[in-house]
Amino acid sequence: MIATRDAYGETLAALGAENDRIVALDADLSGSTKTGVFAKKFPERFFNMGIAEANMVGTAAGLAAVGKIPFVSTFAIFAAGRAWEQIRQSVAYPKANVKIVATHGGVTVGEDGGSHQSVEDVAIMRAIPNMTVIVPADGEETKAAIRAVADYKGPVYVRLGRNKVASVFPEGHKFEIGKGNELVSGTDLTFITTGLMTAQAQIAAEKLKGEGISARVIHIGTIKPLDRELVLKAARETGAIVTGEEHSVVGGLGSAVAEVLSEECPTLLKRIGVLDRFGLSGKADELLKYFGLNAEALIEAGREIVSRKK
Amino acid sequence: MPVPLCSMHKIERTPRKETFVKQKIAELEEKARRLRVSIVKTLHKSQSGHTGGSLSAIDMICALYFHKLRHNPAEPAWDGRDRFVLSKGHAAPALYVTLAEAGYFPAEDLMMLRRLGSHLQGHPDSKGTPGVDVCTGSLGQGLSMANGMALGLRLDGKANRVYAVLGDGELQEGQVWEAAMAAGHYKSDNLCAMIDLNGLQIDGEVAKVMNVASVSDKFRSFGWNVIEIDGHDMGQIIEALDHAESHKGAPTAIVAKTVKGKGVNIFENKASYHGVTPNDEELPVALKCLGCCD
Ligand SMILES: Cc1ncc(C[n+]2csc(CCOP(=O)(O)OP(=O)(O)O)c2C)c(N)n1
Ligand SMILES: [Mg+2]
Repeated sequence: MIATRDAYGETLAALGAENDRIVALDADLSGSTKTGVFAKKFPERFFNMGIAEANMVGTAAGLAAVGKIPFVSTFAIFAAGRAWEQIRQSVAYPKANVKIVATHGGVTVGEDGGSHQSVEDVAIMRAIPNMTVIVPADGEETKAAIRAVADYKGPVYVRLGRNKVASVFPEGHKFEIGKGNELVSGTDLTFITTGLMTAQAQIAAEKLKGEGISARVIHIGTIKPLDRELVLKAARETGAIVTGEEHSVVGGLGSAVAEVLSEECPTLLKRIGVLDRFGLSGKADELLKYFGLNAEALIEAGREIVSRKK
Repeated sequence: MPVPLCSMHKIERTPRKETFVKQKIAELEEKARRLRVSIVKTLHKSQSGHTGGSLSAIDMICALYFHKLRHNPAEPAWDGRDRFVLSKGHAAPALYVTLAEAGYFPAEDLMMLRRLGSHLQGHPDSKGTPGVDVCTGSLGQGLSMANGMALGLRLDGKANRVYAVLGDGELQEGQVWEAAMAAGHYKSDNLCAMIDLNGLQIDGEVAKVMNVASVSDKFRSFGWNVIEIDGHDMGQIIEALDHAESHKGAPTAIVAKTVKGKGVNIFENKASYHGVTPNDEELPVALKCLGCCD
């Protein structure tokens, strides 16, 4: 069990040794986002821009324009939120090779409260043309995703978390941008989840199996571009979909799945996520329970949707 | 109309007033000491929150609430109140202990800081906490809101004033300077910004992370009246606040040199204590320190 941000710090520092075009930028949170690991090894390729996220993103676009591969990090709320239009205009519009790796996404930010809990970042990043949006499930996937992102040419938004998360993928996992992973096979319904909800979906599927319900689990590491084939196949084969994400149900994975299903294969759907509201102060595990972002919520939704199939 | 608890005392440096001033300062100093104790206890209980920046700002917040602001804790939404914006919202503990001391809510509430279901959120939230007028926590946004309030109050012909406390790292946000430009342009003389110049932010010294000096020159260049003080000298704080109030035709920035973690020597001047709370060993040390410090 490690935090995805720790996996990021380690991988970014390793990439720094392999490719000297990689540079990193942070906005006074390098200890928390773990770009500090890179900064220590490559101080001349690290730019602490101070508490000035909009300028940081613009600077990264400039660095990319002269051939650097900038990794830009701060908390998700300030990366996607404060610098949204700089990301749109200076990064995505010109298709600049800037990697925005945001940590502290979602409600597991915990005690800092609603002002710091980004539950909209995936939605607003997903809405920007040219943007790739990635939300890894665990440390191994993060390591692989960061490597894939460094190799990919173009703007990417990666959303990471603050806390340690259960591991989902084995060591040496390969990440392919735009490809989902079927982790559990099943025929009665499919859990389509991202981020820390994927480990919860595995638990839920196991539990439902004991009740005679066969649940498939698909992890979506790339929210955009979405693996439409995998989603549609699950819809056709299981006839019921439950999505799960540590994000608002407005605009995130649930919405992305709904868009595909409603146009191409209308299917029973239930979205598990934050129900169009702001976060709160509290401990991360208490908040996950409070907002219904856990295996229990998925199990309940799974039972309910299977009963509706009849 | 309720009687404001804290009327605005004009402190004049005449011999007759000298004793009164000294007494007032001594009272505020003692109150600030007690508020520091409360901050330390609150953060020890919550085991989450920002110690250094709460302790550096508390003298200014204490002076505001117990000397300068017209406000009524029995009626938080009283129309005649002055407004306060804690732009460096992570210093919420400093604001909360002050509001509790003033009587906005019971002191017991402080023990629920940052807990699920508490009205005391990690960062100030006007939706739930009596006495909090704006939501802050994302740095750099407070001065704009404060200037908006100042413009609105002036438009209504009201004499109410608006005060904002900002961090020095926070000054790196471009929006702060957009707000400074706007307040200077509109000559918002009912607005007073207090800058907590403690020299530190999360990643280290402000001067090394991203230098913002000279803060005074920057505000002056946007047309502000600037007063430089020692942000832990109660006499200088109240004098500056009184001066700011009488200054017409421009907003005032009180640039206050402070010490992050002030009052607890083990926390002082350490960037590492920014978002760290006192542990079980540090609590008695901190309390002892606050008991014997003047
Ligand atoms: C827009 C934004 N970016 C980043 C943060 C995270 N953050 C919280 S406090 C802080 C440092 C603040 O430094 P300063 O303003 O000097 O505060 P003080 O030293 O008074 O605590 C940072 C970067 C934030 N709250 N808001
Ligand atoms: Mg500071």
